Parts: sequence; C-alpha cells; structure tokens
Amino acid sequence: MEFQNLKLSKKTTFIAWVVIIAFIIAAPTILPVFRLNLLGRYLSLAIVALGVDLIWGFTGLLSLGQGIFFALGGYCAAMYLQITSSSEFPNNIPEFFGLYGVDNLPFFWEPFRSPIFSLFAIWVIPALVAGMLGFLVFRNRIKGVYFSILTQAALLVFFNFFNGQQKLINGTNGLKTDVTQLFGQMVGSESMQRMFFWVTALLVIAAWFFAKWVVKGRFGNILIGIRDDEPRVRFTGYNPVIFKTIIFSIAGGLAGISGALYTVQSGIVSPQFMTVPFSIEMVIWVAVGGRGTLLGAILGAVFINYAKSLVSEALPASWMFIQGGLFILVVTALPEGVLGWVQGDGPRNLLQRFGLKRKIETYPSLEVKNKEGNNE
Amino acid sequence: MLLDSLFNGVAIGSVLLVAALGLAIVFGLMGVINLAHGELMMLGAYTTYVTQLIFKLPLLKPYYNAYVIVSIFLAFIVSGVVGILLEKTVIRKLYGSPLETLLATWGVSLILQQFVRSVPLAYGTGLVISLIIGLFLPTTFPLKIKESINFKYLKFSSWIIAASTGVLTGNVISSSVSKLSRASARNVDVTAPAWMRGQVEILGTAFPKTRLMIIIITLISVIAITLFLNQSAWGMRIRAVTQNRKMSDCLGISTEKVDVLTFGIGSGLAGVAGVAVSLLGSVGPNVGGNYIVGCFMVVVLGGVGNLLGTVLASFGIGIMTDLIGAGRLLSIWPDMPLPLSNTINFFATTSMARVMIFALIVIFLQFKPTGLFPQKGRMVES
Repeated sequence: MEFQNLKLSKKTTFIAWVVIIAFIIAAPTILPVFRLNLLGRYLSLAIVALGVDLIWGFTGLLSLGQGIFFALGGYCAAMYLQITSSSEFPNNIPEFFGLYGVDNLPFFWEPFRSPIFSLFAIWVIPALVAGMLGFLVFRNRIKGVYFSILTQAALLVFFNFFNGQQKLINGTNGLKTDVTQLFGQMVGSESMQRMFFWVTALLVIAAWFFAKWVVKGRFGNILIGIRDDEPRVRFTGYNPVIFKTIIFSIAGGLAGISGALYTVQSGIVSPQFMTVPFSIEMVIWVAVGGRGTLLGAILGAVFINYAKSLVSEALPASWMFIQGGLFILVVTALPEGVLGWVQGDGPRNLLQRFGLKRKIETYPSLEVKNKEGNNE
Repeated sequence: MLLDSLFNGVAIGSVLLVAALGLAIVFGLMGVINLAHGELMMLGAYTTYVTQLIFKLPLLKPYYNAYVIVSIFLAFIVSGVVGILLEKTVIRKLYGSPLETLLATWGVSLILQQFVRSVPLAYGTGLVISLIIGLFLPTTFPLKIKESINFKYLKFSSWIIAASTGVLTGNVISSSVSKLSRASARNVDVTAPAWMRGQVEILGTAFPKTRLMIIIITLISVIAITLFLNQSAWGMRIRAVTQNRKMSDCLGISTEKVDVLTFGIGSGLAGVAGVAVSLLGSVGPNVGGNYIVGCFMVVVLGGVGNLLGTVLASFGIGIMTDLIGAGRLLSIWPDMPLPLSNTINFFATTSMARVMIFALIVIFLQFKPTGLFPQKGRMVES
C-alpha cells in the first residue's frame, strides 16, 4: 500500500461539519418528503462507508464483501418488524411463510420476537460473522488482492444462499417493512420516516465519533502500521491477526447498523443488497471522498448517491458512464479523494498540479516504490 | 452414468477454463486485477452475434456455416484491441498497485456495459474497426519512417483514416443489417450453425455438439498459449519480465511492449471465451458478471501464475459442481442414511451448489493459502 495518512486540518473538519449539521437541520423543512427519505437513506449509507474507511483507509484491507454485513443487519431489522406485526396472519408468523407451506417459525428466527434481542442482533450478528470470516482469512496471512477476491467470493456465497432460501427468508423477494407496525404506527408512514431520518442523522454523528475514537492512539497507529508495512508490525511483536479481526468486525457491525437503517427507510431488504456492484460502490464512495479521512467517507456516500438519484432521473443512461468515469478519474488522478485534494495544494496548484510534490510521512521505501511503480 | 457425469463436469470446467485463461495471464503474470475481464468476454460474445448477422448477408451467405470459426479470430482481435487500449490509457499508470487496478477496471467494466446498451452495435463495430486501424497502421511502417521527425503527422493521419473507415463501416453495417442499427439493452441470441446442433453419440452416451465445440476451443486455446509462452521469443520475454522486470529492462527487453502484448493476449483470450459463452445461452450486457468471480476463484485456487494449476482447478471445480448440483452422489449410493441424503438434496440446486463450491474453496484455502501450485521465492512475500 503506497498511501500516506491524510490528516485533515481543524479548519477543514470544522467547515465540513458546519455544512453537514446545517444541512441535516435544514433538510426536513426545505426538502419534500420523498427527497428527505432519499437523504435519510444516503445518510445511513454513510455509516457503512465509515466502516469501509476504517478497514480500507486505515488498515489497508480492501473488502468487497461489506454487502454481506449490510444485508444481515437489514434482514435482522426487517424480520423483527415482520414478526411483531404478524398477529393477523395464520400461526402468528409473517405472511410469506404461508406461501411456502411453513407452519412454524424457523427456530433461529424465534429470538427475534424480543425487541431488545433484535436491537442487539442488528449489529452483533454482522460483527460476529465478520469477525469469524476475518479471523479465518487473516490467520492464514491472506492479504491484499487475495483478501479482496475472497471477500467477493464470500459475498456471492451469501447472495446465492439468501436468493435460494424461500422457506427461511423469502428468497429473492426479500422482506418488506413498509406495511409493518412499530410503536403502533406504520413503518412506511410519513411521521415514522421523519423519525428515522433524525435517528439516522444522530447515528451518523455517533458513528463518526466512535470511528474517530477507534483510530486514535496506539490502536489506530497499529492499524496504520499494518497498512503500511505489515511484516514490520509483526516483527515488532504485535500480532496483526487480532487487530485486523477486531477492525473488520467493527466495520461489519457498522455495516449492520447501516443496513438496518437503510432497510426501514427504503421499505425492503432483499438479496439485491448483496450484489457485487453495490459492495464495490461502497469502496468508491470512500475513495471519492478521501480515504483515511472518515469525514470523506460520509461526504462521499451522501453526495455520490444523491448525485446518482438526480442524474438517473434526468438522464437514465448516463449514470453508468459517469460512475465508471469517476472510478477511473479518482484512481488515476485523485488518489487522495476530493477532501485530500482540497486539503492539499489542489486548488492552488490546479493549473500547475503536475509538479505537485507530496510530503513524506510514512516509511520512506514506500514512497520510492511508488515513484518507480514496480511491484518487486 | 459415470461417463455422463464426467463429461458434464468437463464441459462446465472447460467453460470456466477458457474464461479464466486470459485472467490467469493478466492476473498471474502481470498482477493486474482486471474486473473488466467479464466485459471483454461480453464483447467477444457480441462479436459472435454481429459476425453471425453479417454472414447472413447475401454476399457471405454461402459461407454461413463457417461463421463460428471466423468469429473466434475476430473476437480475439476485438477484445484484444480493447484490452490494448485499456492498457495504454489506464492500466499503465497503475502497475504495482493491484487494488487500484481493481477499482479502475471496475469503472471500465461499467462503461463497457453501458456502451453496449446505448450505442447501436453497428457503430460499435465501426468504432472497434477504427481502433484496430489506428493502433496497428502506424506499427506497419518501416523503421526508417518511424524514426523520422514527421512520423507523428503520419500517425495522426492514420488515425484520421481509421476514424473515417470506422464511420463508413458503421454506416454500411447499419444500413444493411437492420437488427444492428438500433441500440438495445435486451439480450440477443446466437444460433449455432446446423453442423453444430444436435448430439454425438460416444460409447452409448449422447453429447451435445456445442459442448464438444467448447471443449475443443478450450483445448486449442490452452495448447496455443502454452506453446506461445514456452516456445516463442516473445513468450520468453513475457516470462522474463514476470520474473524480474528491472533485469529484463537492463537486458534490452522493451518492458512496455511486453506489457501491452501480455495484456492484449489476456484480453483476446477473454474474447475467445466470449464466443464459447455465446454458444451456451443468450448474450446480454451483464453476461460477463456471471463469470468474473468464478474466474478469479479458479486462478487463486490453481496458484497464481501457473497455467497447469488453472487447468486442474477449473476441471476440479467443474466436476465438483456437477457432482453436487445434480445430486450425483445419491444415484451412486442410493441407500445412504437419511440425514446425509437430506443434506445432499439441500445442495442439489444450481445456486446452492455454487454456495457449496465457494465454501469448499474457502476451506481449501485455509490449508493451502496460495493455491495448488504456489509461487516460490523471496518476491512472493512482498
């Protein structure tokens, strides 16, 4: 990984937060309900992007399987909602079970009758799954590209599994939450959606503080050490496996929370959350915003998605071109993302930015390697 | 029975193999994660479709039966040229940082998908033709001209020739084949010529001819690429650059040319795979996405940079897919205990078989993290 840690200055962070908070406070009054709902969804995606930034920006693990944990969180939330509002259906179980001739709730859904269990399940289950998957992979020192491919394969495993199991989780149709009840109100109703927007906004801020706390101090330094030179961390006496597993399961938990919030606001969770393109998009939000900045992840997720919905409404065919171009542009021209570009000499050197020199903060050989561009 | 199962497995495996072969070269030898590999396959499949329609024109009608053979070569060229363009514009900047190539090529794959959806195939063909001419015409000039100062004007004018030829062919195709003149996101079908339809009976079992054809295509591609890498001068240069780029550079090998050539061949093989895929089912913009992860698994399982490993891994996966997906174990051992047979039935669908296969691969990588035939040496660790 030839990438140096970008420290956002107090000024940039402050300005960005003022913009974000002003936006969040103003949004419910200026935006129509439809747009507000979209914004709420995209804010919830910012949480999963924070997780991606933790594992990719700080630890150097490019996971292409965050969709697994995202969808798991969504399924936990949706199943709880379906079960609590299933009293009018035969056998007191969600309606779709009847279609496949299932009379009893499958045993693993039984605990989801309890709201407290479900509230924990939303983030604990994805975190546990991520932890187990991560431990198996990291223990064998599978890293870099192989890790990415393996997480993508895991994503496909989960996708195929969820897609094929009608009797347990309604297969490819997914679980709907729109018409379910929570606190005696319809989840899809306007007042509930407004509430979800506020909850999401608060959780995004909480998640940011949490992520900030995680990367602070010695723990964060080890993460960056793993990213820059893992053998060296190992020789210094730390066991990278533990740290990587912890951070991967933290990212999984964040993805779960994000998935649950996204599900209740979009009204459905389905195996589509586990498709390959969606998980790769998560990475690109972070890359565009600026990896290793945390704030960049939030901004990237919200703005790219909002742009996506605006562009696809106006010119449906062009979004794929724009998105593809964005991927290429960010990787080749803006490796530190938009925030990194603004923070650095970007605007000043816009005209003569080919002479832009980066300062050396990390292990010097990495910089040399970067310039020569070889992989030996 | 056993033969039937084996054949099915080999057939599935050969599709995987021909798809993974190009990736084994691009990923194994160059360390580039090409997520656009599936889309290069898609271009190959569409090339087959376009060739088929062009061969239906009155002029070429008598040779219609040969269109599959022709399209194999055309697909190699089309995907190869797009690959070369990709290398020259994007990949070249990203050598040594595989994760960045992963993201950039994903962007390329999105663009290619949308391109096929929103540009009429006739003009797409024209564009590819102008690319071919523009990239190759300047290289055909004698060395004396190439070294002269005015060569850049010559290069420029050859691009103009290329562009006008492209526009011309695009218009000609568009006016003569109505099916190609409109953009469409719908899937298209390639129909095999008469001699490839039907079945062949070997040892009392019937084999579909298209499957046999795919096995033959795979076999020829594997043999050709092995011979090329091991016997030809350029093959030796490619291997040299893979082993030690700096040293090869010092010894006078043009690493830049080697990179272009390697990437071009890998992409071209993706095109050939596209022809094979088009014979199996309908062709759409998303056809590549179904294969890409499987291809990567084959390459990783086989051991990166090892063609023999790729071959073994793809046939292994193919045979296992057939064994699990069709529930063959049950018919071999009919009176197995109930829990076991229930488990086997649970996995005996296409999607669950994939789940099982991927799970098995992940378990296998627990014991051999670097695949069947790992690379050895000091450079592996870094």
